[in-house]
Order: sequence, then C-alpha cells, then structure tokens
Amino acid sequence: MATTANVSVFTPVAAMHLGGASRKLLRFTTAGSVDDGKSTLIGRLLYDSQGIYEDQLASVRASRINRSPGAIDFSLLTDGLRAEREQGITIDVAYRYFSTPRRKFIIADTPGHEQYTRNMATGASTADVAVILIDATKGLLPQSRRHAYIASLLGIRHIVAAINKMDLVGYSQSVFENIAQHFNEYAETFEFETIYPLPVSAVGGDNVVRRSQRTAWFDGPALLTYLEELPLEEDDASDGAVRFPVQYVVRPDARFRGFAGELASGTLHPGDAVIALPSGRKTRIKSIITYDGELDEARPGEAITVTLEDELDTSRGDLLTGEEKPPSVSRTFSASLVWMHEKPLEPGAYYLLKHTTRTVRARVKRLLSRVDIHTFAEFPAETLHMNDIAKVEIEATLPLFFDPYRRIRTLGSLILIDPVSNATVAAGMIDGTLEKSIHQPLSSAAITPAERQQIFGHRAAAVWITGPAGIAESVERSLLEQGWRAHLLGSEFSEGEWRGAARALRDAGMVAIFSGAGEKNHRRDHASQLFSDNFFAFDEQEESVTDAAARIVSTLRKWREG
Amino acid sequence: MLDKIQFDHLKMLEAESIFIFREAAAEFARPVMLYSIGKDSSVMLRLAQKAFYPGKIPFPLLHIDTSYKFPEMIEFRDWYVKQIGAELIVHTNRKALADGANPYTLGTKACCGFLKTRALLDGLAEGGFDAAFGGARRDEEKSRAKERVYSFRDSLGQWDPKNQRPELWKLYNSRHHAGESIRIFPLSNWSELDIWLYIHKENIPIVPLYYAKEREAVVRGGSILLPQSGVRLLPGEKTQRIQCRMRSLGCVPCTGAIRSEADTLPRIIEELISFRRSERENRVIDHDEEGSMELKKREGYF
Ligand SMILES: Nc1nc2c(ncn2[C@@H]2O[C@H](COP(=O)(O)OP(=O)(O)OP(=O)(O)O)[C@@H](O)[C@H]2O)c(=O)[nH]1
Ligand SMILES: [Mg+2]
Repeated sequence: MATTANVSVFTPVAAMHLGGASRKLLRFTTAGSVDDGKSTLIGRLLYDSQGIYEDQLASVRASRINRSPGAIDFSLLTDGLRAEREQGITIDVAYRYFSTPRRKFIIADTPGHEQYTRNMATGASTADVAVILIDATKGLLPQSRRHAYIASLLGIRHIVAAINKMDLVGYSQSVFENIAQHFNEYAETFEFETIYPLPVSAVGGDNVVRRSQRTAWFDGPALLTYLEELPLEEDDASDGAVRFPVQYVVRPDARFRGFAGELASGTLHPGDAVIALPSGRKTRIKSIITYDGELDEARPGEAITVTLEDELDTSRGDLLTGEEKPPSVSRTFSASLVWMHEKPLEPGAYYLLKHTTRTVRARVKRLLSRVDIHTFAEFPAETLHMNDIAKVEIEATLPLFFDPYRRIRTLGSLILIDPVSNATVAAGMIDGTLEKSIHQPLSSAAITPAERQQIFGHRAAAVWITGPAGIAESVERSLLEQGWRAHLLGSEFSEGEWRGAARALRDAGMVAIFSGAGEKNHRRDHASQLFSDNFFAFDEQEESVTDAAARIVSTLRKWREG
Repeated sequence: MLDKIQFDHLKMLEAESIFIFREAAAEFARPVMLYSIGKDSSVMLRLAQKAFYPGKIPFPLLHIDTSYKFPEMIEFRDWYVKQIGAELIVHTNRKALADGANPYTLGTKACCGFLKTRALLDGLAEGGFDAAFGGARRDEEKSRAKERVYSFRDSLGQWDPKNQRPELWKLYNSRHHAGESIRIFPLSNWSELDIWLYIHKENIPIVPLYYAKEREAVVRGGSILLPQSGVRLLPGEKTQRIQCRMRSLGCVPCTGAIRSEADTLPRIIEELISFRRSERENRVIDHDEEGSMELKKREGYF
C-alpha cells in the first residue's frame, strides 16, 4: 500500500499548499501566568496563518466581549467555553490545529491561572515544544518559572520564551534583553535543548507570523517560521531498546492469535527474538501484520499486530521486549508526582495505577520530598494537595516493567486513579528503581479482611474447573502472573484435610482453584457452600486449553471489577 | 516540484486513532460506534477496521435515524455496512415522530432535542452501552476544542466542561460507575482537510452527495436546500437545477448544499483549501444562540 498520493492529480497551486515534502506533526503547548496573552497569541497565529474561517471570525467580532485594545479579541478564538468568555480567562486546555505546507501543528492552549496548573501539565504531556509567555510589562513571574519547571519535568526539550506585549513597552530592546537574560539564567538548570527568546506583540501580530519592522533590532525568525524549521530529530533516548506493550489480543478464529499495540520504542522485524513479560518466556516474531499488508520492519509509533512463533499465554498488559537492554521489573520505584485533584493524597491508601496498558493497585508508600516551586527547594511533606509536585516512592501490588521517563516516555509515565470516585488524581514520571527499598510497616495492628482484600485487589473465591487436563494449571499460572493470589488445591488429601485446606484458602482471601474432573460431587457442594456467592464452576469440554483458561480468567477479571 | 506528496502526519494521526480504538475495545464492557454515515464516520470505520484486522470490528454501529436523513444516505449506509460485514443498530425516536416532531413546528432546537439527543440517550441505554465512539473533531466548533478524547458523561448523559478528567499522554481513564458512560473521539486531532486527504489516499467510499452534481434545489434565505424527505416547498417557491454538493451531511431540512463544481476527490480537496468559511456554517443548528453547541453537549448531544 502506497503512503503517497501522486501529485499530478492536484493543480500546482493546491500541491504547493498541501506541501511539497513530507509534512510532519509538531505539537506545542502554551504556558505562562494568567493574562500574559497566551490565548491571544494563539488566536493571532491562527488568524494570520489563515487557520480561521470567516464565520468563526464574524462570531468573535459580533461578541459582546472584547477586552483587547484591538478591533478583534483574538483570545475568543480559543476560549470556547461560556464561563471562559464571561470571566476572560482560560479554564481548560483548548486544542487547536492549523497547517502550513511544511507542518501540521497541534496546539494546546493552557490556562495560566494557578488553580489550573494541572491543565498546563496535561497540555505539556504530549508537547514537543513549550511556548512560555512573559508579559514584558511585568517581567518573569513565579508562574512562568513554575511552568518552565513543569515543562522540564514532563520532558519538553524546546522552549520558546515569548516576551509579549512589546507594544506596551515601546518595543524596547533593553526591556526584551533584560527579561531574556533573566529567563536564560533561570532556565539553565533545566537542561533544555533549545531556548529561543522572542519579542512579540500578540495583539499587533509582531513577530508572530511575520518579522516585525517595529523590532528591527531583533534578527531572529518569527514564531511560526521558528516552529516550522525547528528540527524534529527522532526524539529517542531509548538507545534502540525494544518495547511493545500488548494492548489487545486479536482472535478472529481459533487459528490466529495476534498481539496488537503501538511499538513504544526500538524496531521490530519478523524473526527477531523477544521476551514476553511477566512470564519471561522467549520466542520470536513470526510476522508483523497491518491492514495494509505485512511489514518487514516496524518503527516506534506504528500501530501493528504481531504473531509469535510459539503459543504463549500472552495478554493485554504484557510487554514484549528485546533480549538486550531489558526494562526494570519491580514493584517499587521512585517517581515525580503531580497531584491533580482537590482531594489530597492519602499516603498508604491504595489507588489504581495505569502504566502502559496495565492497571494495577498501588500506593504512595513514602513521600520523599515535596518541591517548592518558587525556590525549588525540596522539603518533607505529609500529604499532597492539588498542583503539588513531589518525589515519591510507589509500591504496586505486582511488578511493573518500566524505564525511566527521561529515557522512554511511554514506559515511564503513569496516572493514579481513585478507586472509589474513578477520578484521575495524579500524573507520575518514573525516575527509576530504588537503590534500597525501605520496608517499614505502617502499623502493627493485625490485618483485617477488608485490608487484605484491598491489598490483594480481590476477595476470596472458588473456581471449580471440569474439563481437559491443564486448564486449571494454566488458570493458576495466569492469575499469579497478573498479580492475583491464587492456589490450585490438589485432590490427594483426605476428606478432613481437604476441608481444612479449602477453608484456610478462603480465610486467607485467596482464589482457590479446584480441578474438578476427579473430584467427588460432595466436595463440589462443600466448596460451593464455603464460598457461597463467590463460587464459580466452569465446564470446559471441546476448547483448547489456552482458550478455555483465557476465558475463565477474563470472567474472573469481570467479577473482580464488579 | 517534487513528484510525490507524502502525508507523514496522516500516518501519525492514523496510529493515534487506532490506539484509541484498541484501548477502548479492551477496557469497556460494551462499546458501540455512533455511525452517522458522513465522511468522518467513513474514516472512523476504516480506522476501526485497521485496528482489529484481521479480526472484525468487535462492536456494533449505532445509527440515530431522525427519519429526515437524505435517502441517499440510508442507501449508502445499508450497502456499506453489509459490504464490510459490520453489525448495525438503527434507533429512532418513534414516539416523538408519532407526535409530529419536525423542525418547522418545533424549531430546530427542540427538534434536535427529541430526534437526536433524546434518541441517542435512549439508544445507548437500550443497548446497555458504556462507551460510544463518535466522529467529532476538535476543529469543528469552539466547545469541541475543549473536549477530551475520553469525554465523561454522568448517568443522564451530561457533559460537565468545567470538571473534566485530566488526560495525560495516552493514559486514558476508562473507569466509570454503572449508568455512567464515556464518549470517545478517535478523530479529535484530525482536521477537515486531513479527513479528505485520508479518504483520497485510502479510497474510502463516501455518500455521493459529497460530489458536485446538478441537483433539483430550492434557494431559501440564502441556503440551498434539496426538496427531499421532510422539506416542503413554501408558497411561491420553485425548484431549479443547481450544480452543488454537500460539505457535511445532516437532516434534509437543516443541511444546506454549497454551489460547487468539485466532482472528484482532488477537486473537493482543492476547493477546501480555498474555503474561507467553516463546514458547520451550513448547519442551521449551531447558530441558534451563542455557545449553543456547548449547551447541547451539556445535555447529552454528541
Ligand atoms: N497591549 C497588549 N495587550 C495584550 C497583548 N496580548 C494580550 N493582551 C491582552 O492581555 C489580556 C489577556 O490576554 P489572554 O490572551 O486572555 O491571556 P492568557 O494568557 O490566555 O490568560 P489565561 O489563559 O487566563 O491565563 C487581554 O486583555 C488581551 O487583549 C499584547 O501583545 N499587547
Ligand atoms: Mg488563555
């Protein structure tokens, strides 16, 4: 399947507009203090690069609100919510788009208000470049610094320091140079790859799309030109490490089993040796399948489906990696956390943690330090409130396979979800494994059944399996690999022993598995009484062992989710 | 002049949409795809095919039929769904229609309320769907620019724009309580031009109404309407032959055609480049009042 369209079907003018060379995506985010002019700048950029339709412009012109000194309040082009227009501030991220023959741009216009700092982090999480605005009349404010810090934390490597409202300082070169120098000094510690200070007036359009006569003393390119020309070299610190999180198992019929997902890093070829985690089993890539044909090579960011040489019990949440440069595998690790919810962090309480395609239970075991975003000093903290940033130690109930965020973003990013409200409460960037993990019980009280359930992530249950040999074993293995507490109880016991063992498993909160074929009916009745509502019987006759086991596990997973 | 145009950005958009489809299919118990028959739906369908290939699309399509759709749309829908072997559910608010719901007597706002919003909420509830894919793009309208890829709806289907979940990286949060649901927009980052370039590159079938042709039409208040199902001629109105096409598809009474010569995909794309007005302008519903789309969305509209 060709990925190119023949230009001859377009007229030369259209072809020029569509772009002569390959057009790539560039994602950037705005940042800065409230009222620095972020939304106005984006509106102006869209307007001057013709990314605005006349009817949309007419509705802005006709609006009752205009807080700008000009005829058009450009901020209204991105502040799309009623509340935003009424209050004259940005509340939530707006995503806007425009393209030039050279690039397609995805812009996240974020709020400057401190209360919405988390939304700035959201916009920054996917950005290649941050445009940090600084009001020329005010100089560098704490919020601009804070945003530079968050941008660096989220791994943004390119910064444009847009010193705005130059019209209000008479386009003064010395004002610009003062602030630029200030910013450079300040940002030095963050190790950005490029910093581009630029004088602009969002309202007047100076140096936005075209270089301005009014800043003749400045010889750099205008904002748009800069963004069009910024080299987007493969943003890859992974050093070729292969990471393929399994997202979805494609099973059109019993003969085909493909593992679908997006290649997070490295390259894959048919024949490559891979290791499946958590099982650690080794196999080879048989084929790389897409709707448009099989591939000889898959590259990072591509959506593919792979088949494997050996039949492994692999499912969503597993990770295929290369033999070399393996990821870290650990239940505990350190991370930087941005707290995003009004309800503060409950240290020690269990949250759901989503990492790649895997969701596990986890808790913030220790708060190593909270970062003061004014002085960047780190100091101890008891909890985290909305917009707080901290270094923490996280403990999950089962191992994660990860890389430091700095190295591979996809393998180092996570979110925390409140298991009761389901709200996304925090975003995290993994730093690495802990040198030496400090195991410290939080309390000396005996574990209650409720605590046990919270730690295990499930209640006690009995799974009674009748069918071909191997299914029960396979279910036990999968459950353990996926972090369950499960045990397959043998049938070699005397009646009294068997009953005692079954009860102990129940009291221990385990998933007790029984291979029912050779068992007596009264044992089944007994187990059913013992576990009452959480007794599940499966009668598997024809199917393959792998299929049957996968189905049983998925039924149990649904039960666990409620 | 180079002899090839490469659209690398389309490959990136495609991969992102496929990721979203797979993620949702894996995490939701019962997802459904809202199929509106338009160009965006056509692209969504192709992306879903790609996401699950060589398997079939693992969820049904749901069409909310107001009964005022263009007959060519329904014909296309039935042909195409059969062609790709997808499962289609059609839901209509029969009760409202029996009570005589139409845009003329109710006004467009109330009519949409009954035949689209209400019908959609009922259709989703009837099927027990906990997630619904929609083809909305953020570049369509200002309140859409604010919406997440996973747009959370409470048990009444309502959107709360001031209280959206933060959405970082590609870590989508699919958790919800019984009765709540999530609308998912895999085309969030696509523009109208991207959609057309992709249709061209992939040879995706679309409803013929998108191509310019001489059609029997009536000019009313600056709009070009096609006198088909639901549109009656007013006293004194006469139809005429106009070379025109649809830029977006909706209900016959509320969707205007544009004068156009663009009868092939490259011509449509060229025409689009020259446009200075948005595609939604030909929709009557968005202009009812300032911020009307946001209000509709809060109530459960897609
Ligand atoms: N004189 C002058 N005023 C400007 C300029 N840019 C923005 N403004 C004004 O500054 C005010 C704030 O602009 P916005 O674009 O809403 O600021 P913002 O940074 O998006 O604000 P938040 O998103 O709420 O943080 C408005 O009244 C603008 O008209 C400029 O270059 N010159
Ligand atoms: Mg703003």
